[in-house]
Amino acid sequence: MKEAKKQGGLNAEIQSRIGHQLRAMYDDVVRQGVPDRFAELIRKLDGPEAAAAAVAGGDTDKNNGGD
Amino acid sequence: MPLTNELRDDILASVPSLRAFAISLSGNGDRADDLVQETLLRAIANIDSFQPGSNLPAWLFTILRNLFRSDYRKRRREVEDAEGNYAKTLKSQPSQTAHLEFEEFRAALDKLPQDQREALILVGASGFSYEDAAAICGCAVGTIKSRVNRARSKLSALLYVDSAEDFGPDNTVRAVIGGNGG
Repeated sequence: MKEAKKQGGLNAEIQSRIGHQLRAMYDDVVRQGVPDRFAELIRKLDGPEAAAAAVAGGDTDKNNGGD
Repeated sequence: MPLTNELRDDILASVPSLRAFAISLSGNGDRADDLVQETLLRAIANIDSFQPGSNLPAWLFTILRNLFRSDYRKRRREVEDAEGNYAKTLKSQPSQTAHLEFEEFRAALDKLPQDQREALILVGASGFSYEDAAAICGCAVGTIKSRVNRARSKLSALLYVDSAEDFGPDNTVRAVIGGNGG
């Protein structure tokens, strides 16, 4: 019985370490905030049409390598 | 709904967690930012289909996740490039030990099947409920729960199987007791 309890405790400790590491990795990036490029992107888009044009433009660039 | 200034602010407020999600999925900082940019453009292009009052972060995460998946099918993950690029996205240099532990964790996370990795990140790091995570991944709540559980057991096997054996009661304790007794 004691052995089973010890195993369960170890498992809970491991799970808590995994949770901690996962959040540490994630929060490192979250703390960097909003990079300027994204703030500018959202500010300069007037609406859906401009965004759709940018999506299409990006796709064209990627597929054709610029022409 | 129309693209109001308030909605722009709400979208911007989601950018830090979208980046964290993208980096956790792709393991590559540069590619993650391309994914976020594409997500923002598509979100705004389709803003009319967003239901006012519904969960904006979940909607944005769904777009990013689907983009990542279709991108993934086109080209394989650039695994060898992942660690170096991720390290560049870190602001502060972690200590030697912490850095090693972090690299091990990142490598173990990369070994998970994609379904399990995304479920674990959404629930364990992004803080979504099982229900929201299920909606983002387009599957049942029970499926998300089982993916998260499998991800956790696999990570613990990959990272801590040695220490579990070290601390395990069987061999160590018996060896010590046996040694003292005889």
